Amino acid sequence: MKYETVIGLEVHAELATKTKIFCGCKNEFGGEPNTRCCPVCTGMPGTLPVLNKAVVDYAIKAGLATNCTITKYGKQDRKNYFYPDLPKAYQISQFDLPLCQNGYVEIDVNGEKRRIGITRIHIEEDAGKLIHDDYGNESMADYNRCGVPLIEIVSEPDLRSPEEARIYLETLKSILEYTEVSDCKMQEGSLRCDVNLSIRPVGQEEFGTRCEMKNVNSFRAAVRAMEYEQKRQAEILDEGGVVEQETRRWDDVRGVSTPMRSKEDAQDYRYFPEPDLVPIVVSDEWVEEIRKTIPELPEERKARYVNEYSLPEYDAFILTSSKKMADFFDAAVKEGAKPKPVSNWLMGDISKILNDKELEPGDIPFTPAQLAKMIALIEKGTISNSAAKKVLDAMFAQPDDPEKLVEKLGLAQVSDEGAILEMVNGVLAQNPQSIADYKAGKDKALGFLVGQVMRISKGKANPQIINKLLKDALDKA
Amino acid sequence: MDIYQLTAHEIRDMIKEKKISSKEATQSALARIHAVEDKVESYVTVLEEEALAQAEAIDANIASGEAGALAGVPMALKDNMCTKGILTTCSSKMLYNFKPPYNATVTEKLLEAGTVLLGKVNMDEFAMGSSTETSHFKKTKNPYDITKVPGGSSGGSAACVAADEAYFSLGSDTGGSIRQPASLCGCVGMKPTYGSVSRYGLIAFASSLDQIGPLAKDVTDCAMVLNQIAGHDPKDSTSVNIQHPDFEKALTGDIKGLKIGVPKEYFGAGISGDVSAAVHAALDNMKAEGAQYTDMSLPLNEYALPAYYMISSAEASSNLARFDGVKYGFRAEKFDDLIDLYCQTRSEGFGAEVKRRIMIGTYALSSGYYDAYYKKAQQVRTMIMNDFTKAFETYDVLVTPASPTTAFGIGEKTSDPLQMYMADICTVSVNIGGLPAIVIPCGYDASGLPIGIQIIGKPFDEATVLNAAFALEKTITKVKPNL
Repeated sequence: MKYETVIGLEVHAELATKTKIFCGCKNEFGGEPNTRCCPVCTGMPGTLPVLNKAVVDYAIKAGLATNCTITKYGKQDRKNYFYPDLPKAYQISQFDLPLCQNGYVEIDVNGEKRRIGITRIHIEEDAGKLIHDDYGNESMADYNRCGVPLIEIVSEPDLRSPEEARIYLETLKSILEYTEVSDCKMQEGSLRCDVNLSIRPVGQEEFGTRCEMKNVNSFRAAVRAMEYEQKRQAEILDEGGVVEQETRRWDDVRGVSTPMRSKEDAQDYRYFPEPDLVPIVVSDEWVEEIRKTIPELPEERKARYVNEYSLPEYDAFILTSSKKMADFFDAAVKEGAKPKPVSNWLMGDISKILNDKELEPGDIPFTPAQLAKMIALIEKGTISNSAAKKVLDAMFAQPDDPEKLVEKLGLAQVSDEGAILEMVNGVLAQNPQSIADYKAGKDKALGFLVGQVMRISKGKANPQIINKLLKDALDKA
Repeated sequence: MDIYQLTAHEIRDMIKEKKISSKEATQSALARIHAVEDKVESYVTVLEEEALAQAEAIDANIASGEAGALAGVPMALKDNMCTKGILTTCSSKMLYNFKPPYNATVTEKLLEAGTVLLGKVNMDEFAMGSSTETSHFKKTKNPYDITKVPGGSSGGSAACVAADEAYFSLGSDTGGSIRQPASLCGCVGMKPTYGSVSRYGLIAFASSLDQIGPLAKDVTDCAMVLNQIAGHDPKDSTSVNIQHPDFEKALTGDIKGLKIGVPKEYFGAGISGDVSAAVHAALDNMKAEGAQYTDMSLPLNEYALPAYYMISSAEASSNLARFDGVKYGFRAEKFDDLIDLYCQTRSEGFGAEVKRRIMIGTYALSSGYYDAYYKKAQQVRTMIMNDFTKAFETYDVLVTPASPTTAFGIGEKTSDPLQMYMADICTVSVNIGGLPAIVIPCGYDASGLPIGIQIIGKPFDEATVLNAAFALEKTITKVKPNL
C-alpha cells in the first residue's frame, strides 16, 4: 500500500542570553563539571528562581520571527519527574499558557512554498548531564547546564516527509541564527529535536498512530531516524499489524530505534503553576520594542539576492541558510566583488573546506575583503582559477593579503603574449603529429597541446591566451 | 531579675546604653539554656562557642561605633531557615547532616542588624504538624506544662522564647505554624502579609502560603524584629516591592475608633469555653480603649481547612521531591538501582506525616484528579480571599481565637491526623488570604495554660495589627512559666 508520512517536530533551542534563566550564573558551554552553577540553579533547599527578563525578550523575538501571537498573560509551571540530572526534581517550564502561539514558518520544497504551522513556543530551563563512563559502576552528575534557558518550538503535524522535515529544521535554524536568539551550535547541543511521526494510507483523512523519537542529536540523525521510522511503520501495516503508540530511542550508531516506553507507561508530570514565580505580563509596547530589533530574515534576504543580484534561487537559498555565510557574502559584494563569483566560491570550495575541517561559516579565518581581492585577481588575469584554489588553501592556513600570497607562492599568471607565443611555437615544433591530428579534426589534440604549453610554463601561463595563440598558429600551419 | 528574662528591646536598649554587653546577654541566655533545655528541648543545635565569639565581635563593633539596629541581641532561628555552614535539618532525618552553602535572606538581615545566633530550634518535620511531635530528633515541651505540646510547627521557636532561652526567634507560618504555637506557649507571634518577608533560604513547605515571622516576648519586640526582616528581596519574585513603615513607631497604643469584626464562625463547635470567654473579655478590654467590635460572618471560611490541605500538600509534594538521596542529606545504605535509591531513601528519610502529605499532594495533582482537587481548592481560595476583601471594606481588623483549645497533651492527637489538622482551624484561612495576623496571650485557663487571641489585618497593614495588639497587651497581665 502507498502511505503518506505525517511528521511533527519539537525543537529545543538554547538561548544565547548572557546569564541563565533563573540565576546570575553565566550562560556558557562546557567548563569543569559543577563549576558553572550556584545554589539556585542546583536547586539547593530554600533557593528561589527569579526569571531573567532577557529570556522572555529572546522567546518573544523567536515568536515574532515565526509569525506567532504573543501571549499577554503567561505563567510558568512545574513539570515534575525524578532524574538525577534534574536537581529540583521538577523542571520549570510552561504548560497551558506558552509565551508564543499559532505561528508558522514558510519553507521552500523544490521551489514550492509550504507553510508549516508552529503550535507554540515556550520557555523552560535545561537540566544537567549525567556522565556514565570512566567511573566504574558510578554515574556522575554535572550540573553546569542546569538553568540554561531553552525555548521549545512545537510544530503542527504539517510535514510530509523526512526531506521536508530537514528543510523545516534548516529554515528554523537559520531564523534562530538570524535573530541571534540561539547560537545554533549543533555540536554543543544548542539545538536538539524530538520527532513525532505517523503514516496513513494515501487519501485517508485521519492521522495514524504516532511514535515519538528521542535522543536525536543532529539534523542528519533526525532525517535518518524519520526514514527508519516511516519504513518500520509501513512494514507493520503491510503485514496487517497495528502501530503501537510509544516513545522510541534512536541509536544513531546502529541506525535503529528501540522502544523506550509505551503509552501505558507515559509519565504523569503533574504540571501545576509555579508558585515561586509571578505571571509573565507582556505589554504591547514590549512586543513592539522587540519587533524593532528583528533583522532581515532569511526569506527576505533570499528574495533580495534573487532580485538585486540575479542569483539563482538555489544559490540564494544555500547562502542565506546560514546568517554568517550570508553576512560574509554581503560584505564581499560590498567590497566590490561580483555577486555570482562570490557565491560560487562560498558554495563551492569554501564550503567544501569548511565541511572537511568540520568548521562553521562563522569560522572562516580570512576577511570578506580578502576574498573579494582574490576574485579581482582572477578577473584581472593575474591568477588562474586553479592557482586561486591554492591561494584559498593558503588563506585558510594563514590568512593574508591574496596578492602577497600569490607572490609568495609564485602563482602569478603569465599573460605576456610574446612569452607565451614563444612557448607555443616551441611545443608545435616538437609535436608535428598533433598538428596533423588537429587538422584531421581530432579536437583532443588541441587539449594535449594546451597541456604541453601549461607544463612548460609551470602552470602559470594564462590558459585563454594559450588557447587563442595555439588556435591562431594551427590555423596558419 | 536575671538578664535572660528581659525582652529583646530592653536588651537592645541596655546594650546601646552600654549597661550590659552582648556577651553578658548571650552568656545569660546560654546559662538559661543549660538550666532548662533538658525539660523544654527546644533546640536542635546550640551554637555556644560561635554565639559567644559573635557576641564578643559585636561588642567590639559597638565599642568602635559601628553597630546594627539590633546589635548584640541573641536570638534563635527555626531549623528550616538556611544558615551558611550551620546544620539546617528541618527536623528531618532526610537533612540530618545538611549544612547549606548560603544564608537565607532573613539570616543575612538579622546578622547585618548585629544579632547573635544562639542556635537552631526544633519544629515539626518540614513544618508539617501542629505539635512539634513529628520532629525526627526530639519532642519539644510546652514551658507552661511539660506534659503538653508547645504547638507547631514552630514549636521550638515558641518554646525557646516562652522559656527565656532566647530573646526572640523566627518561625515560619504556612497554616498557623507561628501563631498556634505562640498561642499555646503564651508568646507573641506574627505572620506578616504574604510577600512582605523574603522566603529566600526558607526550605519550602508550601510556596504560595509560607511566610516567615517573629516569635517574641511582647508586641514591641515583634514590631522591632519585623522592621529588620520585612522588605523587598530581589531574590524572591513573590516578595513585594513596597516601603514598609517603622512598625515600632506605629505602636501608639491609640485604638480609638478602631473597627473590629468578630466572625461568628470562629466561636462555634470545637472552640473551648475558656478560649471563647478569654477572647471576648479581651474584646471588651479593647472596647474600653475606644475600639468598637461587631459580630459578623465570613461564610466561606469553613472551606479554608480542606482547601489548605489540598494546596499545601500539592505544593509540598513537588517542593520535597528534591530530597532524593542524590545530592545532599540522607541516602539509604542499600538499594538495587536508581528507582530503588529514590524509594529506599525517601521511605527511610521521611517521617509518616511528611509521607502522608506527599501522597495527598501527589494525588491531588495527578492527571484526572487535578480539576477535582487542586483546581477546585484554588477556586475556593479565590472565594475566601473575596470574603476577606469584602469584610475589610467595613472593618479595620478581625479578631478570633488563635487555637480552639489551650495546649493539648503530648501524644494526645498523634494517632488521629484529622484531629491534629483541626488544631489549625483558626489560623489557616489567614494564609489562604495572604493576610497579616498576630497572636498574643489574652488570658490563662484554669490550669494556667495560655490562651491566645488572633488579630487579622488588611494586606500590608501590619502597623494597624501591631498597634491593636499593643493596645490590648497593656490590658493583660502576663504570667511567666514556672520551670
